[in-house]
Amino acid sequence: MVAQLSKGERQLSVIVLLALALAGLAMAVAGRADPLGVHGIIVILFSAALIFVVLAQFNAPEPSPERLKDYYDDPSKVGIVLSMFWAVIGMALGVWVAALLAWPDLTIDAAWASFGRLRPAHTSAVIFGFGGNALIATSYHVMQRTSRARLPGQFSPWFVLIGYNLFCVVAAAGYFMGVTQSKEYAEPEWYADIWLTIVWIAYFVLYIRTLARRKEPHIYVANWYYLAFILVVAMLHIVNNLAVPVSLGHAKSYSAFSGVQDAMTQWWYGHNAVAFFLTAGFLGMMYYYLPKRAGRPIFSYRLSIISFWGITFMYMWAGSHHLHYTALPQWVQTLGMTFSLVLLVPSWASAGNALATLNGAWHKVRDDATLRFMMAAAVFYGLTTFEGSFLAIRPVNSLSHYTDWTIGHVHAGALGWVALITFGSIYAVVPWLWRRQAMYSARLVEWHFWLALSGTVIYVFAMWNSGIIQGLMWRTYNESGTLTYSFIESMVAMHPYYIARAFGGLLFLLGAIIGTYNVLMTITGHSKAVEEVGEDMPHRAGAAISAEPAE
Amino acid sequence: MDVGDRDPVTGQLTTGHEWNGITELYTPVPRIVFFFLFVTILFSIVYWVLMPAWPLGWTYTKGILGFDQKAVVQSQLAEAGAEQSAWTSRIDGMDYAAIQADPELMKIVHEAGATLFGDNCAVCHGTGGTGGKGFPDLTAGAWLWGGEPEAIAETLRVGINAPHEETRVSQMLSFGRDGILVRDQIDDVVGYVQSLGPSAAAAHDEEALARGAEVFAGNCAACHGEDAKGNRDLGAPNLTDASWIYGGDRQSITSTVYSGHQGLMPSWEQRLTPTQRKILTLYVLGLSGETQ
Ligand code: HEC
Ligand code: HEC
Ligand code: HEM
Repeated sequence: MVAQLSKGERQLSVIVLLALALAGLAMAVAGRADPLGVHGIIVILFSAALIFVVLAQFNAPEPSPERLKDYYDDPSKVGIVLSMFWAVIGMALGVWVAALLAWPDLTIDAAWASFGRLRPAHTSAVIFGFGGNALIATSYHVMQRTSRARLPGQFSPWFVLIGYNLFCVVAAAGYFMGVTQSKEYAEPEWYADIWLTIVWIAYFVLYIRTLARRKEPHIYVANWYYLAFILVVAMLHIVNNLAVPVSLGHAKSYSAFSGVQDAMTQWWYGHNAVAFFLTAGFLGMMYYYLPKRAGRPIFSYRLSIISFWGITFMYMWAGSHHLHYTALPQWVQTLGMTFSLVLLVPSWASAGNALATLNGAWHKVRDDATLRFMMAAAVFYGLTTFEGSFLAIRPVNSLSHYTDWTIGHVHAGALGWVALITFGSIYAVVPWLWRRQAMYSARLVEWHFWLALSGTVIYVFAMWNSGIIQGLMWRTYNESGTLTYSFIESMVAMHPYYIARAFGGLLFLLGAIIGTYNVLMTITGHSKAVEEVGEDMPHRAGAAISAEPAE
Repeated sequence: MDVGDRDPVTGQLTTGHEWNGITELYTPVPRIVFFFLFVTILFSIVYWVLMPAWPLGWTYTKGILGFDQKAVVQSQLAEAGAEQSAWTSRIDGMDYAAIQADPELMKIVHEAGATLFGDNCAVCHGTGGTGGKGFPDLTAGAWLWGGEPEAIAETLRVGINAPHEETRVSQMLSFGRDGILVRDQIDDVVGYVQSLGPSAAAAHDEEALARGAEVFAGNCAACHGEDAKGNRDLGAPNLTDASWIYGGDRQSITSTVYSGHQGLMPSWEQRLTPTQRKILTLYVLGLSGETQ
């Protein structure tokens, strides 16, 4: 892979990695009495390892300029493998925390292994590690195909992918050391945030530059979604993480916001992270891989447009539904609730557009587990958004809030929608990227599908039950006007559901492990190779892709 | 917009664009989408008119229902308080014996007490109040500070070894670690303590026992009493009953005498109202069967 970089790009990589190692050194020195120092050492090791990778092939001959006529897929390939790797780690952590909730004594009694540290490690590993890598990898793939343009350079796609993974590693390592700024889904501290900002801006610039080189007159809808994902996440990330570090030698920082403003900023971020990271980006994935795999045209171009703008506009207002019945002024809650209700319409329009696209391809859904993954994802997307709008209604939220119902809702979205669409897309893209006829084993894809589906259903049903029982127990009064149940009684009532959830999660994890195995077998040549793979191979026609000199 | 081919399955035209093989149909937006858009927006507008909704600089539209979440919760609390005061005022005004004699009030004590106990005490004393290692069993009737309602109420109010000005203070010294007793003396006195209990095995080593009794009289009796039946003024437990906080086997007693103990029972004066503490006192008494 390094040999595919031009000599100039190799030099640039080494320089940037050296600069990174220096930054790590500065962190290690300034923060020697602080977890920041450990992070510095991680950064040094990370950059040193990559410097070795580059140096190993540093003197390889200059690659042929012929390659510039083709799409550049190396970063996508690495991103896919990283995504599966994070999936297994993150889901294993998820099963661990689920087991801890069912059997608290399972703890190994070390600070790093406490529930409060494992939980953000789980959420970040699945959302950012698994989801984020899949988004970056597929976005590179999709934007090149739908623009009929090669990525503008070979350095910046690597910078984005690897820089992003460095962020994930720093985040995860931080949680285990107890470093957190206590903002859900934005836990990493200021220096990790600054780094992610740099990476993210590079990502945005890369995307825009590719689009600017496009040979298609129109921008395909998948790209709108990817672009909305990149742009809005940049904005959310920067605003929500505004903070003042205690000193340059400390990991700890204090948020620029306090009190209810802080809560509102956090959930403006939090909900739009759901909307633009976990929804828009994956809708981009769906809009490419689903019609591709089904071999069907998108059901309605106009529906795509109105749902895109509907989602983009409406989501921005909805964050306050996370703060119903709190110190947040009620008028803000009203706006959050009403916009959440209207949001259902474009959400269902997207789900409906995806499902109607399958008209004329239902026999494929039946026979092809890959397409079935995507179909099921669209169904879960519809289900989750319906549930979300329902939960946003204040009186409903007064029952559901703080209960496992929220967790059930999140996982209908995270497992049923995000993970299923990702697995489906990965199974579609892996043979295309590695020029294989098909995945190594179609039966294993089938197994994965059923494990994932049953795991999700078990998980979600368990949490619905547990959440509604909790909600009801917490609001049941005796005749005398005192609470009927103590909190601990509601804990006891949840126990069986927690076991069920851990079991459902385990099935889902097994599926991910099988999927990883299948992907690895496919790419290591255990599946038949082909020269020009079927329908989705890039337009090899030299004219289609301009051969501009790389950065 | 240029129009492309007709899709054979749906009969719709495509838009004429193609991205790496993907095309889009020209299908009009289904009516139902507009219908639901209309319904949800209409609902929102009505809701905005009724409820606090839009910011206007320093103020906001209050909504014609005049609904305000803070006022609502305050009135609900007041209402609930008024409802409860029917019986809380009686519990506040009556003495323990009178409440215990009133089955109607005792029913409330049991209901409310169980929840209060579950939420505040069960973490340490267990859901049934039976305790665990380091946390006394409240059902055994083996009181450290006395089983009278007043004594229990006072324990709840000030706590034991708690950060409260008037806290009850008690300490079992660490005789071994602090070098007050040597190893052999500890062995003897532990053997002696073990011989006191109801299920004590017949003593086999009379001599050791006598030495143990001597150590006890010299070092322990001041707190645990000559007869080892404890001292409720000091919170020193009765060592002759079957009830143990830290365990009655040889090893546990040895470790108690060697390293000592100072159990912490929080003070509840700041956390719970006098009425709640009164309910809990009665509830705890009920646990040990000392209701009557
Ligand atoms: C943090 C743990 C903890 C909590 C919570 C706790 N206790 Fe205790 N409690 C103790 C310990 C420990 C002791 C024994 C202190 C000692 O060893 O001297 C004790 C002692 C007592 C005693 C004295 C027993 C006697 O024999 O005199 C009573 C009564 C009691 N607790 C009731 C309660 C009630 C009622 C609550 C809830 C409001 C409660 N405790 C909450 C730890 C706790
Ligand atoms: C200063 C007073 C004091 C002296 C002296 C004292 N004790 Fe204690 N002892 C206590 C107190 C108070 C407790 C309860 C500690 C607690 O619950 O945290 C206790 C607890 C114990 C227990 C544990 C009871 C149980 O239920 O687990 C044993 C056994 C014991 N003492 C034995 C002895 C022996 C033997 C000696 C003499 C060598 C001795 N004590 C001297 C105050 C004293
Ligand atoms: C119409 C779209 C959606 C709406 C209106 C919506 C609404 C909600 C509501 C009301 C909550 C509960 C807040 C609380 O009581 O704490 C919530 C929580 C959450 N939802 Fe959604 N949701 C939508 C779609 C999704 C999707 C598709 C996903 C995942 C891909 C998702 C992931 C989450 C997450 C992660 C939380 C957890 C927040 C927390 O930890 O409290 N949501 N959402």
